[in-house]
Amino acid sequence: MMIQLKGLHKTYKGAQPLHVLKGIDLEIKEGEFVAIMGASGSGKSTLLNILGILDDYDEGEYTLNGTLIKDLSETKAAGYRNRMIGFVFQSFNLIPYKDALENVALPLFYQGVSRRKRNAIAMEYLDKVGLRDWASHLPNEMSGGQKQRVAIARALITHPQIILADEPTGALDSKTTVEVMQLLKELNQQGLTIIVVTHEADVAAQTNRTIHIVDGQIV
Amino acid sequence: MRIRFDSDQWSEIFSALARNKTRTFLTAFGIFWGVFMLLLLMGGGRGLESTLANNFAGFANNSGFMMAAPTSEAYKGFKKGRMWSIETRDVELIRNSVPELEVISPTISNWRGSAAYGTNTSSVTIKGEFPDVDKIDDPKIRKGRALNDVDVNKCRKVCTIGSRIVEELFTTDENALGKFIIIDGIHYQVVGICGKSEGGVSIGGNATTTVHIPYTTMQHAYNRGNKVDVLCLTAREGYKMSDIQKKVEAVVKRIHTIHPDDTQAVMTVNAEAIFAMIDTLFQGVSILVWLIGLGTLFSGAIGVSNIMVVTVKERTTEIGIRRAIGATPTDILTMIMSETIVLTLVAGMSGMTFAVMVLQLVERALKDDTSGATFQISFGIAIGAATLLALLGVLAGLAPTIRAMAIKPVDAIRDE
Repeated sequence: MMIQLKGLHKTYKGAQPLHVLKGIDLEIKEGEFVAIMGASGSGKSTLLNILGILDDYDEGEYTLNGTLIKDLSETKAAGYRNRMIGFVFQSFNLIPYKDALENVALPLFYQGVSRRKRNAIAMEYLDKVGLRDWASHLPNEMSGGQKQRVAIARALITHPQIILADEPTGALDSKTTVEVMQLLKELNQQGLTIIVVTHEADVAAQTNRTIHIVDGQIV
Repeated sequence: MRIRFDSDQWSEIFSALARNKTRTFLTAFGIFWGVFMLLLLMGGGRGLESTLANNFAGFANNSGFMMAAPTSEAYKGFKKGRMWSIETRDVELIRNSVPELEVISPTISNWRGSAAYGTNTSSVTIKGEFPDVDKIDDPKIRKGRALNDVDVNKCRKVCTIGSRIVEELFTTDENALGKFIIIDGIHYQVVGICGKSEGGVSIGGNATTTVHIPYTTMQHAYNRGNKVDVLCLTAREGYKMSDIQKKVEAVVKRIHTIHPDDTQAVMTVNAEAIFAMIDTLFQGVSILVWLIGLGTLFSGAIGVSNIMVVTVKERTTEIGIRRAIGATPTDILTMIMSETIVLTLVAGMSGMTFAVMVLQLVERALKDDTSGATFQISFGIAIGAATLLALLGVLAGLAPTIRAMAIKPVDAIRDE
């Protein structure tokens, strides 16, 4: 089992405490391609953040590939994120003053891989997403689809167990949406576990399984 | 805690700083200017101090001078306001009763003399001296010799003269040594030329326009009898002039029947006290220099800190992305800290280089005027300033680093 959630609760504290996740039970097997759907405010982003170890939870258990993810220190969480999870975001989140190659290589920098080695690996992954010729271009010199493919290459470079994609096609036109989804499907066929958060039905339709979240619970 | 620091870190720092060149430059300028001002002021203070030290060179700082003045108290039948004089016989009495004195040397002077050689004339001060006065006020003989005991014993008509007198009486290619000049109607042979400069401190006026002749010669030529104008004193090592001067004063008062509590009859000047005052003055100047310099530097550092906080705020998303893909808090700390420290150090070092350059130019430009005053800061000060800069960099980096560490990836990458 790749991901196992048991009775997960999350409340945002504040003047008015917001109970966002109200007991989530979820199992995702290795090699699955899953879509999480829900209206805004349903808690799907919070769930994705918890799955990505970007946020913690109050109650329950989250096991990622056999490792219990709970009450981690910042440093340990950073290490797990670096090695186990690849992120793809709606707004790409590339570093604007670094070229495509440097952006893809960045996770390896935080692993302490030497520059020469990580640039070689990054070039390999850029090639995989078909952007070898764009290695020395800055993000603002590329189209949305290209940027998202750079982001996918960056997510892949550390051989993560899962890919978490938050609205990966939200900022793309229909043609590039097809390209990006095609790429994600290919990766899934190579055995990678992929979880996509989306509110587009036709994106969800291309996955193996769709999970609907309504008001903090899976229906 | 694991800190990665290699050549990549450097390229990270420079690409970050190069992103907003104008802002980086302006921020750096604050530090640059702070260091520049601090070092320039220090150099200026140093130059002033060494100029003054040069002026005092050759002047014994444990010395004192004594002159007679009208009495201010009636005593043993004498009315107040009586004029009296120190006399040559007092010298021996004082020497016997105050053994702490090293040198006790009487001098007499004539302030309005004139010297002539051929058709050239010059206004001069004439001073009759014993050779031992040189231990208090070194005439720095440049050519020839100083006056000696034989000159005094034989009442020789010889003199040493200041540099201005040489210029006024002789042409540049004439050798003054051995020539006879006429001072107030009497011929004297020039045996030495004093090397003291105009600004230098010396007893009784400008050394460049003073003629020194043997004490006994002066006594006879100017009919001065036994009266002494100024008594010059120095203390033996380990004694303070201010203490000894009181003893000498008491002896003199006893000899001349002056009221022991008369505060005006004996005029004393204490060089030690003056030197102490100048010392205090320079301590004050250096405290001021440090205050102004450090103040400027600190405001520069606060500027850096301020800008870095703004930069961190701007880079919230970037830092969030870095955290999401595996940067630890330590990595973020290293990143922001090193950017701040590098900015501070590079700016500070440029300021230091520029200050050293300017001080060197000043020193070169003033070389002739102030006879070798040093303006340049010492190597120790430079090292100290560099250390201070590194420390300031760390301090300036604290606020932005704390801010950057507080950024949670989940807040940063949320784009709604």
